[in-house]
Amino acid sequence: MKLKMHRYEEIWLVCGISLIVVFMLITGYQTFALDMGPPSHMETIDPQKVDETAPFDKPGVYKIGEDEYEVVMSLESFAFTPADIEIPAGSTVHFILTSKDVTHGFEVAGTNVNAMVMPGYIQKITQKFSKAGEYLIVCNEYCGAGHQYMSTIIKVV
Amino acid sequence: MNKLLGAQPKDAALSRTYLFVAFAALLLGGIMGLLQATERAGLFEMPSWFTYYQALTTHGIVLVVVLTAFFTIGYFYAALSHTLGGLLPKVRKMAWIGFALKIIGFVFVVIPVLMNKATVMYTFYPPMKASPYFYIGLVFIVLGVWMCAFGAFVQVATWRKNNRGQHLPILSFFATGVFVLLFFGSLGVTVEVLTLIPWAFGWTKTVNVMVSRTLFWSFGHTLVNIWYLTAVSAWYVVVPKVIGGRRFSDVLTRFVIIALVITNIPGGFHHQIIDPGMSQSLKFMHVFMSLVIGIPSMMTAYAMFSVFERRGRELGGKGLLGWFKKMPWGDVRFLAPFIAMVAFIPGGAGGIVQTTNQLNQVVHNTLWIVGHFHLTVGTSVILTFFGISYWLIPFVSKRVLTPRINKLGVIQTIFWTIGMLIMTFSMHIVGLLGAPRRTSYTTYGDHAVAASWDPYTILVVIGAAFLLVGGALQLYAAYYLMFRAPKGHTEFPLAEAEENASATPYWTERWGRTIIVMLLLVAMAYVAPLVNFIANAPPGSPPFVTW
Amino acid sequence: MESVKPKREEDRNDEVHSQKGTLFSVFMLGAFIALLFIVVFGLYMSRV
Repeated sequence: MKLKMHRYEEIWLVCGISLIVVFMLITGYQTFALDMGPPSHMETIDPQKVDETAPFDKPGVYKIGEDEYEVVMSLESFAFTPADIEIPAGSTVHFILTSKDVTHGFEVAGTNVNAMVMPGYIQKITQKFSKAGEYLIVCNEYCGAGHQYMSTIIKVV
Repeated sequence: MNKLLGAQPKDAALSRTYLFVAFAALLLGGIMGLLQATERAGLFEMPSWFTYYQALTTHGIVLVVVLTAFFTIGYFYAALSHTLGGLLPKVRKMAWIGFALKIIGFVFVVIPVLMNKATVMYTFYPPMKASPYFYIGLVFIVLGVWMCAFGAFVQVATWRKNNRGQHLPILSFFATGVFVLLFFGSLGVTVEVLTLIPWAFGWTKTVNVMVSRTLFWSFGHTLVNIWYLTAVSAWYVVVPKVIGGRRFSDVLTRFVIIALVITNIPGGFHHQIIDPGMSQSLKFMHVFMSLVIGIPSMMTAYAMFSVFERRGRELGGKGLLGWFKKMPWGDVRFLAPFIAMVAFIPGGAGGIVQTTNQLNQVVHNTLWIVGHFHLTVGTSVILTFFGISYWLIPFVSKRVLTPRINKLGVIQTIFWTIGMLIMTFSMHIVGLLGAPRRTSYTTYGDHAVAASWDPYTILVVIGAAFLLVGGALQLYAAYYLMFRAPKGHTEFPLAEAEENASATPYWTERWGRTIIVMLLLVAMAYVAPLVNFIANAPPGSPPFVTW
Repeated sequence: MESVKPKREEDRNDEVHSQKGTLFSVFMLGAFIALLFIVVFGLYMSRV
């Protein structure tokens, strides 16, 4: 397969492709060496038995280490359980999430916390909250008539 | 071979009808958009019998499925007719059957939406359950599209049999690529919808949520690249003729088409980068496949500039960029597609950035994404379609493009451009601030962060106002050109290839091979995740009606 | 026989059609892509 192109086009493509390769190298390194990849938890759960299945039978905020917390949360149209969370500044928070009904999005506005939460799947995402403040958590996947009410607060003190 | 006599009357009637529906869809979808923008900014309250979410579902379906499909088919069937010496009667019949199927399907889809029984967005993610007739309507629409695809294949195959060893005329080559994608790209979503129908009727109790979502996006992403390829066909073949130049290297053009066809379907998973249930390695592979589409796009950028520079220099342009000034800026048939190309710079760049793995977390499901696709489809694709309509509508209506309408077109283009500029820019910014998409007006309990989004949503309304004017002008122009313009003949602008170019090698015509490579890549991308979602599936989900 | 390096076809074309403006334009496009990446990547890293 011979494709004759002007030297300038070759130069451009080499540069363009290299740019994309650099993007992939940076994010690939972060993902596979630094564990910074997108939320991709594989565990499943019976979507009709969430309230009876651990850990969602006891949703809440749990301290698991010096500056480390687990937030076990279930989502449903149109609420987060637990709501109005409070954690100390400087904590690393592991969110453990599932949906009791339809697909929701879990987003902490202004942060990198952004994960899809499907019924039948347990999703996990971790974030260190260094700065104090009142962060807004919203559902960012349309889930019904009250979607615009589906929010809660995470207060970092 | 250009048949200077214009489209055969029966072929013209077919395209004209398709284009009419496309613009009717623009009217309905545009009104929806205006309602959404004002509601979202807190300036308007939707009635209880037609909510924001119903308007949004309608907006998506009518613009992203109806307008685009009907315009694409109307345009490419005119191209097939014009470049292949007229449609075969049986092909034309297939296209009419396809038309009827799509209209029937649309009625089945839109009535439940209007009755608030299918407020599920055009993505209809289960386990949100719409009326079963909504899904049945979707099946009819897809069948209608397949009829048109099969018609195109029959037309092309017949031409090739009668013209052995020759290259398919370039615009029909583009058409073939688009119809191949339309057919193969919709297989996944068809399987999904067929499983949703019994579930929606209550005959099956649960549905596999992740399989459904994955099958949808194998189609959903392909769809956008289908329109992109349609617009690009005009960039490569029509625009050079409008500026009085020649089209870029024939072999590289065909290569770009083949590359876009092959790399398209496997890129779908970048809509699922932050989904559970799929490993990071598989996701990264999809990211790679999505980014690979950047390569034919980069080649297209080079080709476009090169064609303009060559022509501009021919007309006396000097210096590094002096050739730019020589372009026919006052000709809407150039201006609209040119701005469309420029819009693809931030549109495509944004696309690259938002698909790069974890960067997706910054913007997924925020208004940034909405800004992105209003640039790519709302500007790059639609403005190209508008620009095409100024010669295509008179061409199939045996009328002429008058200087007055051309001027109107230029004004229309400017309004649309300003509107999209303001709107998409604000959407991108407010998305970075975390404003979610597909969400009606809310203060989230008077939260300060939500309040910080308000100025941007107001800007969106301002943008929408410009679009309203642009849209109205465009609708008037389309109506005038179809029914009122003076009778006469309009040229179908088809640029000729570069002279002195070496012959394009024949491997480009081997569509069978291209399709096989495409299917191999699709398998590479989709077999593992789909098998995993099926084999390791959780218990399925029952239906939910949450609106 | 004179030894003259045979001209490449592209170079011959260049005499009628310089593509310097094209190269410049696509490089500007590449710069835009890089810039946008830096902005979003920077935002991402600031939020890590």
